[in-house]
Amino acid sequence: MGHTLLEKVWDLHTVRTLPSGQTQLFIGLHLVHEVTSPQAFDVLRARGWRVARPDRTFATVDHIVPTRERTRPFLDVLAEDMIAALERNCRDFGVRLAGLDDDRQGIVHIIGPELGLTQPAMTIACGDSHTSTHGAFGAVAFGIGTSQVRDVLASQCLALEPMKVRRIRVTGTLSRGVYAKDVILTIIHRLGVGGGVGYAYEYAGDVIARMSMDERMTICNMSIEGGARVGYVNPDETTFEYIKERPFAPGGEAFERAKAWWRSMASDPDARYDDDVEIRAEELTPVVTWGVNPGQSVPVTGRVPAPNGAGGDAQAIADALGYMGLRGGEPIAGTRVDVAFLGSCTNSRLSDLREAARIVSGRRVAPHVKALVVPGSASVKRAAEREGLDEIFRAAGFEWRSAGCSMCLGMNPDKLQGSQVCASSSNRNFKGRQGSPTGRTLLMSPAMVAAAAIAGEVTDVRALFT
Amino acid sequence: MKITRLEGTALPMRGDDIDTDRIMPARYLRAVTFEGLERHLFEDERAGSAAGDRAGTVHPFDNPVYRGASILVVNRNFGCGSSREHAPQALQRWGIRAIVGESFSEIFFGNSLMIGLPCVTASPDEIRELMERVEERPNARLRVDLEAGTCALDGFRCAVMLPGHARDALVTGTWDTTGMLLERYDEVDRVASRLPYVAGF
Ligand code: SF4
Repeated sequence: MGHTLLEKVWDLHTVRTLPSGQTQLFIGLHLVHEVTSPQAFDVLRARGWRVARPDRTFATVDHIVPTRERTRPFLDVLAEDMIAALERNCRDFGVRLAGLDDDRQGIVHIIGPELGLTQPAMTIACGDSHTSTHGAFGAVAFGIGTSQVRDVLASQCLALEPMKVRRIRVTGTLSRGVYAKDVILTIIHRLGVGGGVGYAYEYAGDVIARMSMDERMTICNMSIEGGARVGYVNPDETTFEYIKERPFAPGGEAFERAKAWWRSMASDPDARYDDDVEIRAEELTPVVTWGVNPGQSVPVTGRVPAPNGAGGDAQAIADALGYMGLRGGEPIAGTRVDVAFLGSCTNSRLSDLREAARIVSGRRVAPHVKALVVPGSASVKRAAEREGLDEIFRAAGFEWRSAGCSMCLGMNPDKLQGSQVCASSSNRNFKGRQGSPTGRTLLMSPAMVAAAAIAGEVTDVRALFT
Repeated sequence: MKITRLEGTALPMRGDDIDTDRIMPARYLRAVTFEGLERHLFEDERAGSAAGDRAGTVHPFDNPVYRGASILVVNRNFGCGSSREHAPQALQRWGIRAIVGESFSEIFFGNSLMIGLPCVTASPDEIRELMERVEERPNARLRVDLEAGTCALDGFRCAVMLPGHARDALVTGTWDTTGMLLERYDEVDRVASRLPYVAGF
């Protein structure tokens, strides 16, 4: 019987079974950012440890960096302290850093793939739950907390329990206006925000096979919102084409040898899965979240659910509706938005910006909407400017910013104010997520964010296609 | 430090899918230490309830009847979302010594284990019963026995679950993993050298 990619990668990276019964797993790439690492570096310093494999470690700054005024020192002294701490830690421990003025800087999950650091069949860890993004390349990539960051820095290993694998096959043909974001939001809606706990999600089927790497990254990125710490796609020609000639990719003949190995690490056709799910692409529509977790979504043509009956679910719906200021039974389309945010590690790559630009081109952002585009990396920003996307966005009334996490989370100057409603291409609609304790988030695809910006309310992007 | 039995008054926190952004709002992650985080636990929703946003509700963490509680009782998928260890760190610094719930997000569970904060599970019915009893008698002491796999409050007793490795790590005091991972570094090197992407294609 064959094996899944997860099993193969797991076996190959296993150092030993620990006395606790956990697996000691070697980590092939450790990505580091300013927020979850300072306490870990401090422990290393206190105990006199060094970073075990600086050659397998790479750092950048993303969460707290301002996306407009970036002169140092920052006005926010706490943010300045954190950046300074990461710079010092990287210097002291010999870790490579794409800092604020480095032309490789960007959101950690955007730059890993861009630089060719992310490769198939690697184990990848980062102190951030959206590390699952890198699974798009057939890597086994997971988010960890700060104590585990300390473990990886000191030993290049983690103590982990094995995972089950659920294959999710997306089959058929997506209709126009339905994007990778809609696919993953639908998967989370159907399987639940806790449905993936204990599982790695393997995304398969012809829809996934036809997707670009950008789209696969959007899907894998949100695995964690479905409770799955790991999500991956088996590597194929699309993967190899993307990696080819990236700065950290193997070159020349080594690339051919790498390809052969990567191919051999994909799941075998007769691999066994702990669970198998099929999603029919024809059933999918553009989706919008109405609640306070990413599973609470409806088709843009649908209505917000009403809290029927008693029990936990009705209570949760009532609570979410109360927070969101929505009424059960009303259509989601037409919900007024105050802010449109195009950004985050889910949807701020070049293809996302191109698609959104197509929608806004020749149109104007509604007068009451504050709209901003935050490219995921300095390199995405440069590429978009070369194509003139910045001009299109500016002409339509969007602000054009520099790379960072921005309004995805409330850690930098980009925040919702009061109870503003935000149409957002990011991944979390938790209460307070976007920086205002009463701020409200509607998750959707970048094209739908663009459409909402223009209309000033949630609207079906398909109506804007010409 | 070995962690085998925990005892104290309990604090019920109702609701499924309580995420780490709620437990610890992101703006408090702008710090290079975990010190003082406990002051901001659930800050946004506590501010809301203090201001009377939701008529008459007092946030459990502000409710004086639960003052001094050390065991948190929660529902399903507690700690989902962001991997921030700041969430369990803040709970521990606030005085929480163990969490009993229907289920936990994986990353939250792992982060808590790494700092010696056990998260044990019981069935939805048992959690409901436990919460009701605690709400009726907030002074009652809840005992969680990791070795026996039980929890008890007044006359009520139920089994609590904890994966074997986590229980072993806690009761033998080996939940701080770094030392263990560094023990046989030669084996780590051996694994690295068999990986084509490390050794060179
Ligand atoms: S963009 Fe958002 S989700 Fe992604 S790493 Fe930054 S804060 Fe996390």
